[in-house]
Amino acid sequence: MTLWLMAGLLFTPLAWAVLTLLTDFVWGRRVTWVGILVQVFVSLGLWLTVAQNGGFYYDLGGWGAPLGIELRVDGLAVTFVLLTAAVASACGLHAGVYIDRHKSWHRYFWPLFWFLWSGLNAVWLGGDLFNLYVGLELISLSAVGLVALGGNANALRASIRYLLAALLGSLAYLLGVALIYGQFGTLSIAGVVLWLDSHSASAGPGLALALMVTGLALKTALFPLHRWLPPAHGIAKSPVSALLSALVVKASFYIAARLWLAFGESLGNQAAAQAVGFMGSAAVIWGSWLACKQVQLKQVVAYSSVAQIGYLFLLFPLTYSVSDSISLQAQQGITLQVISHALAKAAMFLAAGNLILSVGSSRVDALAGVSRFLPFSLFSFGLAGVSLMSLPPSGGFAAKWLLLQASLGSGQWWWALVLLAGGLLSAAYLFRIYRASFAEIPETDQFFHPSKSLEVIPMVLALMALGLGFVSEQVLSVMALPFAEEGAP
Amino acid sequence: MTLEQWLPVFALMISLAASLVIFALPETGYVRRTSVNLGAAVLKLVVVIVMVWGVFHGVNYGVSFTMLPGVTFVLRADALSMMFAGLSAVLWLLTTIYAVGYLEDSPNRRRFFGFFSLCVASTMGIALAGNLFTFFLFYEMLTLSTYPLVVHRGTEKALRAGRTYLIYTLTGGAVLLFAIAWLHSLAGDLSFRDGGHFVDADPDIHRSLILIFILLVAGLGVKAALFPLHGWLPQAMVAPAPVSALLHAVAVVKAGAFGIVRVVYDVYGVEASSALGLLAPLSWLAAFTILYASTRALWQVDLKRRLAFSTISQVSYIILGIALAGPLAAVGGLVHLLHQGIMKITLFFCAGNYAETLGIHRIDEMDGAGQRMPGTSVAFTIGAFGMIGAPPLAGFITKWVMGSGALAVNMDWVILVLVGSSLLNAAYFLPIVHRLWFREVKGAWPEERHWGRLETSPWLFWPPLLTAVVTVVIGVLASLPFSPLSWAELIVLREYAP
Amino acid sequence: MTPSLLYAMAGAVLCGIGLFGLLRLSHLLRKLLAFNIMGSGVFLIMVGLPQHHVGPDPVPQALVLTGIVVAIAATALAVVLIRRYYHQSGMASLEGEADSREGGPL
Repeated sequence: MTLWLMAGLLFTPLAWAVLTLLTDFVWGRRVTWVGILVQVFVSLGLWLTVAQNGGFYYDLGGWGAPLGIELRVDGLAVTFVLLTAAVASACGLHAGVYIDRHKSWHRYFWPLFWFLWSGLNAVWLGGDLFNLYVGLELISLSAVGLVALGGNANALRASIRYLLAALLGSLAYLLGVALIYGQFGTLSIAGVVLWLDSHSASAGPGLALALMVTGLALKTALFPLHRWLPPAHGIAKSPVSALLSALVVKASFYIAARLWLAFGESLGNQAAAQAVGFMGSAAVIWGSWLACKQVQLKQVVAYSSVAQIGYLFLLFPLTYSVSDSISLQAQQGITLQVISHALAKAAMFLAAGNLILSVGSSRVDALAGVSRFLPFSLFSFGLAGVSLMSLPPSGGFAAKWLLLQASLGSGQWWWALVLLAGGLLSAAYLFRIYRASFAEIPETDQFFHPSKSLEVIPMVLALMALGLGFVSEQVLSVMALPFAEEGAP
Repeated sequence: MTLEQWLPVFALMISLAASLVIFALPETGYVRRTSVNLGAAVLKLVVVIVMVWGVFHGVNYGVSFTMLPGVTFVLRADALSMMFAGLSAVLWLLTTIYAVGYLEDSPNRRRFFGFFSLCVASTMGIALAGNLFTFFLFYEMLTLSTYPLVVHRGTEKALRAGRTYLIYTLTGGAVLLFAIAWLHSLAGDLSFRDGGHFVDADPDIHRSLILIFILLVAGLGVKAALFPLHGWLPQAMVAPAPVSALLHAVAVVKAGAFGIVRVVYDVYGVEASSALGLLAPLSWLAAFTILYASTRALWQVDLKRRLAFSTISQVSYIILGIALAGPLAAVGGLVHLLHQGIMKITLFFCAGNYAETLGIHRIDEMDGAGQRMPGTSVAFTIGAFGMIGAPPLAGFITKWVMGSGALAVNMDWVILVLVGSSLLNAAYFLPIVHRLWFREVKGAWPEERHWGRLETSPWLFWPPLLTAVVTVVIGVLASLPFSPLSWAELIVLREYAP
Repeated sequence: MTPSLLYAMAGAVLCGIGLFGLLRLSHLLRKLLAFNIMGSGVFLIMVGLPQHHVGPDPVPQALVLTGIVVAIAATALAVVLIRRYYHQSGMASLEGEADSREGGPL
């Protein structure tokens, strides 16, 4: 049973990718519908397995680390697998209608989409450092390809810039992996932890951790390494932007977080933790500020991603040398933040795409009067915004609450101020958009109505982000399930 | 879990469902929308009446579930929540009737009524919240759902007012959240409880408690329009009249005042708050707000702006009443929650009628309007006299009870505040009443419309008259059971003898 | 100092050179070459640093093989993108356009 689930999760996306490579856009779409169905069922199946029996290690094909692929199937991983299934399905379905099928190169959307999905699943489940690297590269390359799908010079420039940043980040990460292997002779995260527990720490692996985290921070677009993100996310097709902001940046953050939680206590230090937290805070403030200044709708949303990513890095100071309960609170808060941001941001990009389609311009001030003609997409945009502003009852609010508790409980009250200021600033840039849409200007009667299926998808995602606050307890309880350590090397 | 316990959830869900249905209906579905609106309002009133009856007889309504690790979502009904819920249910019905008439033939009605119902659902949630966390949930939902109402007209002025409104309320919300989170990390999940939680608090946390209290009052004070956080209210006047009525009488300012009552009574407890030395400064602040806003009202030439400053002043009565820390004064403050709501909504309905029927917005245009619109003007006059505190109207009851309460706790200076405020109220209301009845019409009205035999549309005509009658009735029959005064006494009895 | 450590040192130097090139050069092909140099440096370190076994350690060799495949894929993608970009805009660097005034690969 587990074998089939694993194979379904990791290899069928590759099969769909190869299959869609051979077909045109319309057939690619049909294959993708089938593929989405399979993926959703498999993801749900794995989630249920873990929810019933707890997590476990799984050696793919019977080969363990270092040469085989070792998978760590725990509550957090399956939650993200499920999240990926939800968001990627929504983006895939939306893209099938949204993307113009008459341009020949658009058929490459499907293979890239499927490579991306399999890379994401590989990262969520990966248990050793090198396979994480491979998954990460798979994600980056297909994401770059998706951005380049726009086809014009601006899209290409953004994608090249994105590619260079991603490659540099990967190399920094790989260098760190090399140092780790040089020191410990193992690539499994669990193996390194075992080694660290029995030996006293030295300076070398600290450098390795720093290199890996820096590389991953570059790929996650942490301030001040964020400048590649807004052009890439802003210029890509809306479903692509949604995938990138919702899932791709989360993959590199996920690895960084796993590394920090595993090695941070023995290899990190207080100054580094605070420094990362400080950069996250700067990202929150600076990203929001720039979002207020943008004239293009999707640039606003893209800069908002820079700001929201900043929150994630508060994990570093809030889990370093604090009590277990506070560390747990911080981890839960960050997890909720990842989930709610993924859902809300995907909803927002998709809704923004509909709005742009409808008014025929990507500028914010072109939205005047849209609240009269396209209330549904605007409403989705607004509901997603509630979660981004972290107002109740959204998942964003639940995340903020837990992070507030963690920062007050650990005496690091300054992060609480950052959280509150970030919420207000995000309100500033989002209400700028609502305000534009409420303006009543005569002679604005030319609106194109996108098809219903385009409008429903972002609404579903936005409602999920909004409702997450009410089911947070249930979502988090799956993560707290026991983990069977006997598979560990 | 019995069906009875779910009543608070029903009360909340009725408005929420109404809102969703309205959003789903097409813009042109005029009849269906109106019937959904009115049906939901009536149904909710019935549910609330049942709950009032139950709470009086000591039934416990309520549900709770764990929402986040360590945090519960609690909806329940106690005497205080029923006071606010009752006010909201009664006035929602009237305001809906009024709004249907007021917005006849205007665009974006679906959006308006959808958010309107959402706003009332939030108010219900605020009333029925069983702890600060749940309260905050609905408090922020209220902010969001009122924004589209404030900017409804979409003019530059409305959008600017909306921005000011947001800056004030969202910042207030952030401060409030910080305070609630701090309190939570200090003392855990505190459900509202008569008598509060900090009667014998550890002296080590006294300083933190004082700071948290200040932050809580600052966060709530924004919506309650306490000086110096009142700046948004006069600006929000650009909204349509039913919205102003809702903002002033039922939802927004009351949510702030209600929150402060909750904090003082059911989180800290009166005894603990006054032992920490928190109530005296609060009462000075409230007294200052009363006098300051009344003075500012004197200089306003726009009718709705004058009413807005009057609201700022009147809401502080509620806060003053509870800050005096005596049972009788508290009764005066709490009863004003209802009294002010009824009287202020009468005045705003009337202001809306003048604007809709005759195009009158400024006070100097009102000369002789009493002859053209006698019904509305009678209602306005009753409301104005009620505000001044003329016996036997509702406002008199408030001031009388609060004055005696102040004397009972030896705070004689409060009498001066009450007298001063009444004089100021008279000074800014009587000239309007004088213009209405005793001046000659200056010429043509700015923008007159006709509706056959009645002076205005029947949807607009009856609600203010009805609330004016209520103003008289609750003043005259104040000593009957289930009158606002007796209900306030019940609340205070339960608070002081938990 | 063993010969394999010498490889690792050389790898570190190559890494530094590559990083410098990646950040400072503006022509896109040069950037790409710099990336490849940096990549080779990382692979050298990877093979050279581990000292746990007597004789060559097979694991890093396998890893580096995989790494080289990934690097080739990335290089191929980059070349395609750069070529198309050159055809569309007539430029071989990212600078000089209004929306890229911030410069650099980041």
